[in-house]
Order: sequence, then structure tokens, then C-alpha cells
Amino acid sequence: MEIRKVLLEPSERAEHLPEETKNVPFEARVRGFLMRDANVGEEVEIETPIGRFIKGTLVAENPPFTHGFGRPVRELVEVSRELRREIGPS
Amino acid sequence: MRKSLAGLDYDRFELGGIAFDYEKLMDSVPYTLDEVFKIQRECKVSGTPLFELNNVNTLVRKHAGKGKGARILLKDEAANASGSFKDRRASLSVYHAKRTGYEGVIAATSGNYGAAVASQAAQRRLRCIVVQEAYDSKGIGQPEILEKGRKCEAYGAEVWQLTVGPELFYWDLALLEETGFFNASLYTPYAIMGIETLGYEIGTEVKATFGREPDYVVVTHAGGGNVTGTARGLEKAGCKNTKIVAVSVDLRGLHMASDTDFNRKSFTTGHTGFGVPFAVNPDRTDVPRNAARPLRYMDRYLLVSQGEVFYATELLAALEGIERGPAGNTSLAAALKLARELSEDNIIVVQETEYTGAGKHPYAQLTFADEMGIEIRRGNPRENVPGKRIVIPRSFVDLSYEEYPLKDLKKKRVENAIQELKVKSLRDYEARFLAEEVKEDVEFVTNALREKGFGID
Repeated sequence: MEIRKVLLEPSERAEHLPEETKNVPFEARVRGFLMRDANVGEEVEIETPIGRFIKGTLVAENPPFTHGFGRPVRELVEVSRELRREIGPS
Repeated sequence: MRKSLAGLDYDRFELGGIAFDYEKLMDSVPYTLDEVFKIQRECKVSGTPLFELNNVNTLVRKHAGKGKGARILLKDEAANASGSFKDRRASLSVYHAKRTGYEGVIAATSGNYGAAVASQAAQRRLRCIVVQEAYDSKGIGQPEILEKGRKCEAYGAEVWQLTVGPELFYWDLALLEETGFFNASLYTPYAIMGIETLGYEIGTEVKATFGREPDYVVVTHAGGGNVTGTARGLEKAGCKNTKIVAVSVDLRGLHMASDTDFNRKSFTTGHTGFGVPFAVNPDRTDVPRNAARPLRYMDRYLLVSQGEVFYATELLAALEGIERGPAGNTSLAAALKLARELSEDNIIVVQETEYTGAGKHPYAQLTFADEMGIEIRRGNPRENVPGKRIVIPRSFVDLSYEEYPLKDLKKKRVENAIQELKVKSLRDYEARFLAEEVKEDVEFVTNALREKGFGID
């Protein structure tokens, strides 16, 4: 389960921040085990992997990891071929 | 900024005014280098392979003038427990936390250091919290950081993924207070001494194999710990003439606290956004005195572009058969040009690699950059514009670096020291301290201050 929690409202943020940062809240996301059944958007409590309890808004039930390897990037695939061609067989 | 003490009485290192006793701070670590090695070996850290890059060296010599083309060696730090040199940095802090009775450790980091602390904590059976800057306000995460967060969770850590902003340190300190856990800060003497084993291994291994000191050790530079610890370890291995070359990815122009610039970076560490401020303002961290003081050790500071580091990463896979994460290859990118300029009997050591994986891969980072509207093309790497355009070099000979004027950094460090304390003049012991801080003589400090209208008592 993933929860989301506002730690600082825009008015509470540090001085000397760029405007685009100062105008948005300072937020956290934490994953853990849900203590009771709940729907996305509800206030819930989770137990973290080290056994602490944290309250926040339920963002998603078991959200997947979304980072991957991307697409093969032509500009770099070319580099690999060029270098191997240049060095040749031993 | 409020500070955490990590179990140390920092007051006893203060000498008055701006000065403190740096060596006394480092000597406060109650473990010898031999003991540090033992502590690290217990938890799958240190003793990493030092490879000669044979195919890369052939290519370097093909494109070097007569008598030129230094030999490049690579210290494969990805072989540490969690896949980077950061395991060395974490190992001693976590061991010390355990020995002194703490229940858990906390680290504030978006980098490999989080995984390292989590991995060491798992092995020492401590609880672990990692605090990361991970998302922009739209909830879009940096792929490289999301992967590091996943890895921390794999080692059983509680991970706080925060939006952009320096308030990360405020939250870190709040969690330290709430839990009473040990602050496994990146900047304590434990963290830095843990890295000394890396420099020590490089020095002793190169001397044993080649009968000479390494001529150059190139170090990816961000917060300054890698430079500091490696250089100190080399000194302990008796390397007196080895030049320390710090290298950062050039991200000048991007604001590090900007919610919109955050995801326009294709590197989240090893870049100028950390490298420059941490060199000129080392004590702006979560501890009162930072044990990472890179200007005490740096002989040169080189900048490379994002495209050049991606090229170097591809080269390592294509020619040497090892895939390693891009950020750790920052120093490799500079070494490829440096080697062509140096004599063929010189030895250059690229002192780290990091693991690669989902999110931490050139394709992942370039795909993300493309989605963020950043132009990617082949060309002259000097046409690279951070946050706007990534230029992959057209050929090996396009790889280059920009020499950052080190004297300017040193002057800035001296100037900042005075301004922080709002004093107008310095006592002579403070001037001597600053001279040591920037590896220059007192005259350099005096001149730098006169240029800015300050005096010396």
C-alpha cells in the first residue's frame, strides 16, 4: 500500500526557494501494510517494513514499480556498433 | 539549519572563530584502518577487483600522439554488497550504531547511499529509514531514484519518498528525534573513514602490480566524501605523488531546489549541483562539521557533459563486457580524454563503478529525458545544454572535458568562510586553517581576502 502525506503546506515552506517549488506543498509517499480495508483516497494507517505506524491518504493498493529500461536509444546503439567496428577482431 | 550530532561532541574540535581541528575530528573514529577492513569484510564490502581496461586502452593509444596514452585501470566498486562504493561509506556508521546500542539508523539520500545503509543495517540486524527526494509535485519520479527506493525496500527499509526541496533535512531531523535512531549521515568521520579503504586498496594494489604509485586517480565528485576518503586512503598507502582529479557532470544552469528542473536532469548525482556548493560551503549539511572536505585534496576539477558519460557507459559495455550504472562512469568519461594526453607509462585509476539496472541505465535515462521534452542527438558534446539538449559524441575523439578553475573554487571557499561568520578580519590561526582547507599557503588566503576587502590581524 502506498500513502501520501503533506508534510508542509506552501505557506510553511523554506525561504529562498524558487517560486515553482514554494507554491506547492512538500509531500511524502511511504509504502507499507494496511491495517484495515480501505478505499483509495481515505485516511488510513499503515505499518512500515520496520514496524512503525504512519497515517496518511491511501494513494494506491500495491502500486507497481514503473521504472524500467526504457527504449533502446538509437544514438547509443550506434555508438556500440561503431566502437566494436573500430577496435576490430583481436 | 538545525544539526544532528551522530553521537559526537563536535565542540571539542573547535579552535575558535572559523577554525576547527580537522585531523582531530577524523582521529575521533575509534577504529584503526585494519579494523575498518575487518568490519567491512564481515558485511561483504571492500576487496573489489581492479581491472585493466585492455580494449579501451588499445583504443586510447590508437588516438593518442607518439609516446602518449596512459594505461586506465578500473576499480569495480559495483562488486560491493549493494552495488557501489557507498557500502564502504555506510559500513562503519552502521557498525558503530550497532556497537553503541542504537536500535536503528537513518540516512537522508536519494543516491546509492540509501541502499548501502539499508543493506548494512539488514546484515547488522538494525532497523533502517531512508529519506529520499524522489518526485516532483505532479508525482513524477526520477527513474534512477525510484530504483534506489525499490532497492532500499528490498533490504527491508522504511522509505520516505519526498517531493523536491531542501526541507528534506528538516524531515530527516524530525525522524531522528522521533525514533532516537543513529544519524548515518554521509558527512560524519565514520562515513569518510569507511571510504579510506578504497584509496588504500588502490594504492597498495597498483604498487604491488606495477611497482609504482598511480599517477592519477579520477574520482566522481558530488558531496566531497568520495574525493576526501579516497585521497586519505591513498596517503595512508604511502602514495605521495598521486594526483587527485575530481570529475562532475556539468549541470550548471539547473536549479537544484526547482520543482520543474528536477526531472530535467538525467543525472541525480555526481554533478555540479552538488560538486560546487559542497566544495565551497562544506559545512552546510546535517552535522556541525563536515568530514568531507574535497578542496583539501583535489588537484584538478574536470567537468564532462551528460552525453559524454552515456557514451563512456556504452563503451564500457561494448568493449569491456561490463554494464555499469551511468553516474559512476562520470570519472571514466574524463579519464578517456586524460589518458590520451598523458604519457604512455602513466597509470590512471578510475576509482569506482556502480551497479546498473532498471531506471539506472542510459536507455532508461534517455527515454525519460525524451519524455520530458529534452532533445537527444549526436554531435559535438560541447553543444550539450543541461535540461535542454543531450549530445552524444560523434566519435571517441570528441570526448573531452572542461577544466574548472580550481583557484576560483578555493577563493570562493575562503570568501564564504568569512561571510558565514560575518567577521571583517581573521586571526593568523584562522588564516592557517583556511590555507589547509584549500591546500594553499597563507599568502593565497591573504590575497584572496584582500581582493574582497577583508583584512588579517
